[in-house]
Amino acid sequence: MTVAGVLDVVLRLVLVVGAFLLLPLLVGQLEHKAMAHMQSRVGPMYAGGFHGWAQLVADGVKFVQKEHVVPTAADRTVFSLAPAVALLPYLLVLAAVPVGPGLVAVDLPAGLFFALAVLSVSVLGSIMAGWSSANKYALLGGMRTAAQLLAYELPLVLAGSSVVMAAGTLSLSGIVLAWRPWWLVWQAAAAVVFFVSGLAELARPPFDMPLADSEIVLGPLTEYTGLRFALFMLAEYAGIVVLCALTAVLFLGGWRGPFGDASLGPIWLLAKIFLLAFVVIWVRVSTPRLRSDQLQRLAWLVLVPMSLGQLALTGVVKVVTS
Amino acid sequence: MTGAELVFVPLGAVALGSSVLVVTTDQLVRAALWLVVALGALAGCFLLLAAELVAWVQVLIYVGAVVVLLLFGIMLTRAPIGRSVDLDSGNRVAALVVALGTAGTLVTVVVGGFRTASIDLGDGSAGSAGTVGAGLFRYWVLPFELLSVLLLAALVGAIVLSRRDIGPRARDGGED
Repeated sequence: MTVAGVLDVVLRLVLVVGAFLLLPLLVGQLEHKAMAHMQSRVGPMYAGGFHGWAQLVADGVKFVQKEHVVPTAADRTVFSLAPAVALLPYLLVLAAVPVGPGLVAVDLPAGLFFALAVLSVSVLGSIMAGWSSANKYALLGGMRTAAQLLAYELPLVLAGSSVVMAAGTLSLSGIVLAWRPWWLVWQAAAAVVFFVSGLAELARPPFDMPLADSEIVLGPLTEYTGLRFALFMLAEYAGIVVLCALTAVLFLGGWRGPFGDASLGPIWLLAKIFLLAFVVIWVRVSTPRLRSDQLQRLAWLVLVPMSLGQLALTGVVKVVTS
Repeated sequence: MTGAELVFVPLGAVALGSSVLVVTTDQLVRAALWLVVALGALAGCFLLLAAELVAWVQVLIYVGAVVVLLLFGIMLTRAPIGRSVDLDSGNRVAALVVALGTAGTLVTVVVGGFRTASIDLGDGSAGSAGTVGAGLFRYWVLPFELLSVLLLAALVGAIVLSRRDIGPRARDGGED
């Protein structure tokens, strides 16, 4: 490999890590402010001076200073590993997201399967945390996480498969290239199923049964303090970024926009990511938490049939138009 | 040795070592977690053998679903932290014989069947989704469909067994 080639790879990876560290913080700040205004508050106003922009930086500094507490009865190794298992998969997925024509850190031929496979690993982090904490609330949360993942993994994969069938490729860049605006209608059901199942996998409200602070303290995160807790928080927001990026790439045309040439690609993608992130926050503020039976009912009686119907529709349209 | 071979050997060692740990560790949940490591290393081996699709499906299905199901089952019944002394079964010898027999049969069949087959690792399309799909639906449709019927039968069987209201009545009638 030439020097230029190595530099190219290094630059791409540095950009991915930069985006991985910055975007979740931006989403977090957006959540602080948007949620506050929806509830007739102003949210953080002091840190950093201008509308509290540095609030999450201050939070980070605070978390770093806190003491690490590991419960006596906990399984120390698993307990310490869990935040890393929860966080790292999102970094890997972000590297496979195309941000412009030819602009992708790692272009994988089976990119979608890579993304779905790696995403499902991060849930193991929550389960490991729930079990190793030696706390009954944490264990309950871990079990709820596992049950939720099992229910929502299937519609997620089926909805993704529908786009793959439509585009005729598993590559994320290939899907963006094959995308046409009328797919917004054709793949609408798959888009909804994918986004909702993704929210459930991330355990974001209204699917936050595993965390349910009013029932089981904070589920798997109950015993975590300091930096490890901050890593779990970062994983949650990185998860939102990854879910919104994947939804944008699969269903909203990724880096393609209604006007402007290809050089605007990354801006279009970012705009779509933040629009979807706003929806994630909006849903959190406006909907009550689902009970566990309602969760399972929604997954098996609504989302799975919907995604199967979408698969059939995709197949029929594909055969008719080809 | 090529770069792929250099990575393949440690990955294989990790897969083997963690598989041994799965059955020898006396901590129940850790056994399931070692299974994650073993399956992940195996996926890495698939990747090096140019079977990209198989590798990701392996992670998606086995790590993402099967191990999560296992962990759920363990946590639902009992998931002690630390050592469990009662994990050793009296059937160890029988299990070892069955395991060695199965492994011997499988290795013999695979080696006998694919002794002369080879793939070009430099050619990335050998294990791509397109090649696998074409092979599956052009030449192996019947086995594929048979497998799906088998899975469906297992699924229906599991539902019948687990639902008290439609399953066979308890013969002694003492329970519930």
